[in-house]
Amino acid sequence: MTPSPTLLQIQNLSLSAGAGKLVVRNASLQLAAGEIVGIVGESGSGKTMLSRAVMRLTPHAISRSAGDILLDGQSLYAMNERQLRAVRGPRVAMVFQEPMTSLTPTLSIGEQLLEGLRMHLPQAREEHMPRIHAMLERVGLRDTQRILSAFPHEFSGGMRQRIMIASAMLLRPALLIADEPTTALDAVVQREVMEMMLELTRENGTAVLLISHDLPMVARYADRMVVMKQGDIVETGLTAQVLAAPAHDYTRQLLRTLPQRRAPRQIDRTTPLMSARDLVLEFGGRQRWFRKGAPARVLKGISLDIFPGEVVAVVGESGSGKTTLGMILSGLLQPTSGSLRYKGQPLLPGSPGFKDYRYNCQMVFQDPYSSLDPRMTVQALVAEALRMAEGLSASDKRERVQQALADVGLGGDFATRYPHELSGGQRQRVAIARVLVRRPALMIADEAVSALDVTVRAQVLDLLAELQQRYGFSCLFISHDLGVVEQIADRVIVVQGGVIAEQGTRDAVFDQPQNPYTRQLLDAIPMLQATPDGGVHLRWRHAEGRTNAPADNAAYPA
Amino acid sequence: MWKFAATRIGMAIPTLVIVALAVFILVRLIPGDPAALMLGDSADAASLAALREQLGLNASLPTQFLVWSGHVLQGDLGQSISNRQPVAALIWERFAVSAQIVLPAVLLATLVAVPLGMLAAWRQGRITDLALVATATLLLSLPAFWMGLLLLMFFALKLGWFPVVGFVAFGENPQQALLYLVLPITTLLLHEIGVILRMTRASTLEVLHLDYITHARAKGLSEMTVMLRHAFKSAFGPTWTLLGLILGNLLAGVAVIETVFTIPGLGRLLVDAIFARDYPLIQGCLLFIASIYVLVNLFVDLLYPIFDPRVAAS
Amino acid sequence: MNRRSLSFWLGAGLVSVVVVVALLATFWTPYDPLKLDFKTRLAAPGWQHWMGTDELGRDVLSRLMRGTATSIRISLSTVFLATFFGVLIGALSGYLRGWPDRILMAINDALLAFPGLLMALGLLAVFGASTSGIIIALALAYASSVVRVVRGTVLGLRERDFVRASRVMGNSETYTLLRHVLPNCIAPVIVMATSMCGWIILAESSLSFLGLGVAPPAPTWGNMLAGSRSYVSQAAWLAIFPGLAISLALLGINLLGDALRDRLDPRMRRRV
Repeated sequence: MTPSPTLLQIQNLSLSAGAGKLVVRNASLQLAAGEIVGIVGESGSGKTMLSRAVMRLTPHAISRSAGDILLDGQSLYAMNERQLRAVRGPRVAMVFQEPMTSLTPTLSIGEQLLEGLRMHLPQAREEHMPRIHAMLERVGLRDTQRILSAFPHEFSGGMRQRIMIASAMLLRPALLIADEPTTALDAVVQREVMEMMLELTRENGTAVLLISHDLPMVARYADRMVVMKQGDIVETGLTAQVLAAPAHDYTRQLLRTLPQRRAPRQIDRTTPLMSARDLVLEFGGRQRWFRKGAPARVLKGISLDIFPGEVVAVVGESGSGKTTLGMILSGLLQPTSGSLRYKGQPLLPGSPGFKDYRYNCQMVFQDPYSSLDPRMTVQALVAEALRMAEGLSASDKRERVQQALADVGLGGDFATRYPHELSGGQRQRVAIARVLVRRPALMIADEAVSALDVTVRAQVLDLLAELQQRYGFSCLFISHDLGVVEQIADRVIVVQGGVIAEQGTRDAVFDQPQNPYTRQLLDAIPMLQATPDGGVHLRWRHAEGRTNAPADNAAYPA
Repeated sequence: MWKFAATRIGMAIPTLVIVALAVFILVRLIPGDPAALMLGDSADAASLAALREQLGLNASLPTQFLVWSGHVLQGDLGQSISNRQPVAALIWERFAVSAQIVLPAVLLATLVAVPLGMLAAWRQGRITDLALVATATLLLSLPAFWMGLLLLMFFALKLGWFPVVGFVAFGENPQQALLYLVLPITTLLLHEIGVILRMTRASTLEVLHLDYITHARAKGLSEMTVMLRHAFKSAFGPTWTLLGLILGNLLAGVAVIETVFTIPGLGRLLVDAIFARDYPLIQGCLLFIASIYVLVNLFVDLLYPIFDPRVAAS
Repeated sequence: MNRRSLSFWLGAGLVSVVVVVALLATFWTPYDPLKLDFKTRLAAPGWQHWMGTDELGRDVLSRLMRGTATSIRISLSTVFLATFFGVLIGALSGYLRGWPDRILMAINDALLAFPGLLMALGLLAVFGASTSGIIIALALAYASSVVRVVRGTVLGLRERDFVRASRVMGNSETYTLLRHVLPNCIAPVIVMATSMCGWIILAESSLSFLGLGVAPPAPTWGNMLAGSRSYVSQAAWLAIFPGLAISLALLGINLLGDALRDRLDPRMRRRV
């Protein structure tokens, strides 16, 4: 078999951030024409800097301290600005993560698409237009004339990402660097965009360097996989092999973070702890200056029960209403209509049950960087929760705080630290301790682990599961990530467009989904099978017939 | 887009009304009896009463306000006590003079400072940047009236290049007028260059860190194209807003320059009116300057979408 | 030493010098700033009088020192007043929202429609040019900027999860405002207050220069400069020194403000 020509060769590259601090250490990597190579790593792994280096677009503060990058055998570091500009665009193109900030807001789409073309292919404007129109349609956009004269802010995230891909592929580059291309998008849109992008690159023979923290996604699409940790490449190889028989500890650690189901638990579902009936939330029906606001219905009649001691997951995409539901159940928002009952009593401000509910129903928020008051110590933050606790003496309170911190693994001198001295995972632990210290009946976790790195996420999820088991509180776990839900939930509620699409026990929803939307969501997460070498074998429920993963057509029993 | 314009204009109207109200109330609070001021100390009670009746001072305050507003909308701002001329005409005449200093100064300052500010941002941390920032900080730390005085001392008195006192209108004799205008405009210019350069530099720096700039470079565009086509418009937005504020502030602030160079401008008119307790004139000047400020800012707001289309959409 | 610390130390240094001179001048000056001495009129700077004398034989250095004290006193009082009321109104308005917010903002926007100096001029016409009159006029003129900044900060803070967490915990709105919101406003308020010192000093000097400030014979930087105009060809030092004083003070404040803004602003999340 003739070896494919090597398109990109990274040789012992080290990137320094100044003062001897290396963000990438001695990285070596090869990419053949038309190959798809995925780089997996958490924050701080250096994967983004490495990808930027391929285009010589690292920030000012980062410089090369050793090694080289060869494109078609030519050294990129030996090129001057003019030569580099001839490479960027026609040879190497890039798609970024944040569609919201990657397109210049002050220029129309047409101008932005055109300028790249005209830079490298000096022809008259009219001659480029058919190509642009064709490409926009190819990426799934209609009404291309209107799109060209519009501005980026008029489009959703998914559409902007399609425009970015169109922009990158217009010049048919030999290499496409996709840095977290779909991370900011909803699950369903993610798959559509990814698959469209990979079809396009295949058609044009474009090699892809796919960078992501999302291991299952990389595993699904990449021929070969590279694992990075703290600036080092710790493992490379064919995807299936790396997964099945991981050589490095870190890779094993990453694989362990993939969702694993626990055994189903017996929950007493006779008397609900909390019930919601027909919750409706409408926004903005107010009369504004020159325009009557049509009320937006975020929740269109949701009813659910939460039983003592169970973990109920609420899953949905952005705009589904799941976060709003959490805010209503925690008391931050009042529903436009509908009722809430706690321990059987209707919840009205001033009623006797209300105080009990207020004390017992607490929340862990998504963003670890904004949920703790930056001016308070860990001790103070957790102790504040006991300010209004009745029947506890001062020393009792102090003991409770210590206990809570020890429970979340932050004993000892953590108590006197400030939030800015803690990592994201540690901050979330403080947030959990703050809830735990009250021994509440219900904990609402709103995307509590979404902002964390996968390894940290796994730790926090394990912690939550352990605490829940020990203290027996109910948990309403809100998430967009079905994988996380699979790991922790007893029951699952799928929300779409403000209504409940499906609900049932975890096994029921995951193995026998009734609703097509649920099936769509499930298509995005893999099923795991352990291999004898300590690795996993990943399968997807609905293979597209083209990826490396073997098709599994026994997806859903009818 | 039209909704945006209509909303902004709609918001300006109540602001103008409140401005008028504020000016009206403020001036009513000035101690002293306007009739006595006009007639002098030796006037007798009867003439004072007659004049008060004539000036409409015996009506209730709301009525006075409405009457006055009516006059204002017709362009009648009353008559100056100190020099017996219609206030509106006086203001307009002096405004033309102040504008000859303020407008060229701000325009030239913008033309110089914006490119320099962007240059400083582009070369962040290097000598060019440090030098530009240091110069700008220095320029804006020197009070305009002192700078004017120093320039006057050196260029007019010592070197004799420019006249020391007085003013000639541009319409009468352009060449002469220029001589009188150079120093005051330069004074203002230097100060505003400091302010505008720093603001442009700061907003350009913010923009340069954004993803879309890296994306533009990734397309293979030259640095110049990236700076001018992609960075400039977004970066200019805050500076554009600042220009509105500067113009407004200068309408009153130019009083110090007019004092140094003895120029009969609007700022000086207001100050003299205050000294003379000429309350119709004070009222007229306050109302005029504040209204211009509101209108200038409205104009700035309406044009903002050119620099940032996102604003019109919200 | 990097640029930011250079800015900080230079700025702090200049400001300290000014403050020290001001403090000193309240107790001692080389000569009596008000004492007339026709024999030594318009003396050039020399051993006897380091900064020369003015047209009435008064020692310029002493007058400058006394003027420094006056200016600093007026500025600090004004900044304190404006900040106090600005924070109060801005925080309440931003936190409570609803009708009180709308009314307060309408008033504030109308006040902001008057450029600072203009408003000060107008208010001075009402209050008269006494020291307290100037302080009140300037405070009123600039308080609306503080209100706007504080309200903006509070609006942002309201949406931060730690404020929501406080409410979920069951804490009253008052407690949340006092314990969580206000302390986190300190950083932008400090930055604002520093800049404001600069504007106020400039405004006060300008007003003095125009003759609307503290009345002579009490010396202020501004009225000293105003007085120097008639003698500009004979006694340049009368114009140079007061202006230099204002410039150095403003330069110090600007440098200090820059350094503070760099340090406190976006780092607010990670470092308070």
